[in-house]
Amino acid sequence: MKDMNDMIETRDLQIGVPLTDRSFNIVSDINLSIRRGDSIGLVGESGSGKSTIALSMMGYLGSGLEVLDGSSSFQGSSVFDLSPAKLQKLRGGQLALIPQNAGQALAPNLRIAAQLAEALELHSDISASKRRERMVELLHQVRLPDPDVILERYPHELSGGQQQRVAIAMALAGEPEALILDEPTTGLDVTTQAHILELLAQLRVERNLAMVFVSHDLGVIARVCTRVVVLYAGEIAEDGPVGDVLRNPAHPYTRGLIASIPKLSEAAIPASMEGRPPSPGSREQGCLFAPRCSYANDLCRTSKPAQTEAGQAHRVRCHHAAAIARRADLPATTRREPTKVGSPIVSLEGVQIRYDSPGLIDRLTNKPRPTPTCDGIDLTIRAGETVALVGESGSGKSTILKAISGLVPPSQGSIYGPDRLQLPPSLKNRSADQKRRIQMVFQNPDASLNPRQTVEEIIGSPLKLYENLSGRALRDRVVELLNQVRLGASYLRKLPTQMSGGEKQRIGIARAFAARPDLILCDEVTSALDVSVQAAVLRLLVDLQAQTGAALLFVSHDLAVVRAISDRVMVLYQGRMCEIGPAEDVFGEPYHPYSAMLMNAILEPDPDKAPALLADDATELSPPAQGCPFQRRCARRIGPICDTESPRNALGPKGPHDIRCHLSESDLRG
Amino acid sequence: MSAEATDIDLRPPLHMRLLKVIESMWRQPSGKAGLTLLSIHLFVAIFAGLLATHDFAVQDASAIFAKPNAEHWLGTDNLGRDVFSRTLLGGRPALITTFFGTMLALFLGGFLGILLGFVGGTIDDVAMRVVDAFLAIPWLLLLLLIIAIFGTATIVMILTLGILYAVAIIRIIRAGTLDVVAQDYITAARTRGEKNVTIVIRELLPNVLDVVLVEGAMRWSWMLLTFSALSFLGFGVTPPTPDWGLMIASSRNFMSVSIWPVIAPIVALSTLIVGLNLSADALAKALGVDRARIGG
Repeated sequence: MKDMNDMIETRDLQIGVPLTDRSFNIVSDINLSIRRGDSIGLVGESGSGKSTIALSMMGYLGSGLEVLDGSSSFQGSSVFDLSPAKLQKLRGGQLALIPQNAGQALAPNLRIAAQLAEALELHSDISASKRRERMVELLHQVRLPDPDVILERYPHELSGGQQQRVAIAMALAGEPEALILDEPTTGLDVTTQAHILELLAQLRVERNLAMVFVSHDLGVIARVCTRVVVLYAGEIAEDGPVGDVLRNPAHPYTRGLIASIPKLSEAAIPASMEGRPPSPGSREQGCLFAPRCSYANDLCRTSKPAQTEAGQAHRVRCHHAAAIARRADLPATTRREPTKVGSPIVSLEGVQIRYDSPGLIDRLTNKPRPTPTCDGIDLTIRAGETVALVGESGSGKSTILKAISGLVPPSQGSIYGPDRLQLPPSLKNRSADQKRRIQMVFQNPDASLNPRQTVEEIIGSPLKLYENLSGRALRDRVVELLNQVRLGASYLRKLPTQMSGGEKQRIGIARAFAARPDLILCDEVTSALDVSVQAAVLRLLVDLQAQTGAALLFVSHDLAVVRAISDRVMVLYQGRMCEIGPAEDVFGEPYHPYSAMLMNAILEPDPDKAPALLADDATELSPPAQGCPFQRRCARRIGPICDTESPRNALGPKGPHDIRCHLSESDLRG
Repeated sequence: MSAEATDIDLRPPLHMRLLKVIESMWRQPSGKAGLTLLSIHLFVAIFAGLLATHDFAVQDASAIFAKPNAEHWLGTDNLGRDVFSRTLLGGRPALITTFFGTMLALFLGGFLGILLGFVGGTIDDVAMRVVDAFLAIPWLLLLLLIIAIFGTATIVMILTLGILYAVAIIRIIRAGTLDVVAQDYITAARTRGEKNVTIVIRELLPNVLDVVLVEGAMRWSWMLLTFSALSFLGFGVTPPTPDWGLMIASSRNFMSVSIWPVIAPIVALSTLIVGLNLSADALAKALGVDRARIGG
């Protein structure tokens, strides 16, 4: 008997590219049913088919894709059989989508009121005169303060979190019964993300919505989902209640995925998963995960496992599920060896950075300049250590890297090299040796490797430049570096487009280490990678660092990653220092109010842990001209002193740990 | 690791890449149509001497304004010359002049565009305002002025068209260059301390070349049109050398008597330009160049 509550249902769904001789499956055998009040999370690595499945639930297929078999239905009627008119009415009406960066997709030239009115006009029967009232109500529902003010604003006048809330309000305009959310919080700051997820979880309960949540982040899934579906290479590997799957993962892939997430509580690099998923259309005989699985035996390589029960409503596709479920331990993490710290190699003293450059008219009229992007940065990096810069977007982390590399000369203050010799602020005045000593690894490996060069040419560039290598010696050194980043000589002639994201990032790392630098600037080097790959890249960086004695300046918005690899941490807010100190001190009491807010907002893949929301996400304003940089959002503000006086170290003038706050040490602990 | 394994070049040689690009052009409907039209035209232009049924200059007083017949397949013009033969040969001056003109324009415009995009700053600002001002001048008038002074020798035409078109090409190539300059691999090369020449040749040029190629294909068709317009106005090819623009101009007065001497060069010229345009579109798609985005 069919359950009348089923809102969305897929049956044996197969989507792929039909070819004349054979077809290419992107996803296969997807059986899911989502009821009112249910929230299921689709999780998996990039390319696992999670978005394809979610979008197919609203009758949308990417170009070239077709339903090869099975069906997907909404309230009992198949979405692929609906007429275009009915489908149009359904989408944005009963079934709404909130895509990634929905907030940024608001039309920049229309006030919020106009955009909401359009959504209401399309998807509701509310008369024009009542629309305003309904808009205010919608903005209330997404917890936006002062709806009347917000309605008259343009999107750029709102913060990222507020924009995302408006996008959610637009999705709610059609009184949906089900929501499909495709990475709705990816790209937002941790604090904003925590707030948005909280809102979505509340909306689900209030409005009894069915939700389908696509995310690569198990921490997000743990917060908002009742059930989780783990996808691997387009198939469901494991499917069950969130608590059950996260606490007792029965599929080796789920276990690997959970184990590869760094944890805030542990200064250790998580276990990585070797290998990569099969490319779509490859015809594996047995279990798709077998090539990467440590439990795999001949059975796995020859026969495809069927779905078996692993618990209450918990299914898993693995031959060894029963045996694995009995083992409680996850793959082990590796604690980092404390590094031997040498003499200072780069020091920043009172560095101030400005991006604005006043024109002639501004100078003549004495127009006040905006507050500098970064100000008062003091930092000493010693040989062999790893220093992390953390903060939300706009905190000036990358700007500091640019100043050190000479791309953006500071407007005040100095940068010193080894032996306290001043480094010329601008790149063009630095000597070849000064340039060699500081190398960079970039965030996006697609943009940092020349698509027209082979791996040999890419890694060879610094070798030719600094060591004048050529011929046999050059090739040998490139191969040596390739071996060091665990890729090997077979990669010499590859082009960047022929490699995965993780492999490309290894090439970027090999290129940086090729120069035998003193310091490597790492700008969000793992944020474009899947978690399973992230752990391996982190471990590679740490290993190479131990071998070569280079220092790392590691910029990241992910505190758990920072915890995993750094010796010292600097917390930045709007380009100003809030806290700096040894990692174990920064990650333990006493906390700077801002650090405390960041750490509390972190989502861990643990259904029992809820983030604490200490402060609201704020509209991006330029940093305050005086006083504490965090004055506007601080939950522990004392009074006018915060607005007027720059805070000193609350822990006293000496010591490696520096918390810039007006609160006393005991207050900070309390 | 064995040497054999590492000596296989995964980057295909030039002629293979060229073949691949043509293959990928052929897979698109516009590419199929464009390449077909273009190859017919090139074949005719090269072998016109063999294909022509009559001498282009011979006048047959007995057959003025003849309708198409077995002797004159497309009839004859006001002087009794064979329209078919004249049309076959009539593309040559335009094709030759504009081919070299486009090469010159690409070379000049590409060089300056890449230079300005890479150097940036005040020089770029000033130069681009000059380019803007230049583009505001009515082209045809400027062309006519230059031709009036220097004459219509082929070399003058090539230089004039080449230099004028180079100015327009600068804009596009500069925009394409700015795109590449913003990439992290250029930043990496800069922070590494590579010489500017090395950055331009090794990092920048290979990535801008696609834009240059597409731009060239597009500009060629526009230049053809300009050239034909000039010769239609009587500045270009000297009679009796056949040229489409000239043929249209001299026969259009007799259109009421016989349409064929006008229709034939019009069809030839338009199919060539459509063919070039379609090929350029397909080439842009095959190379992944988004002309709309960089302001083409």
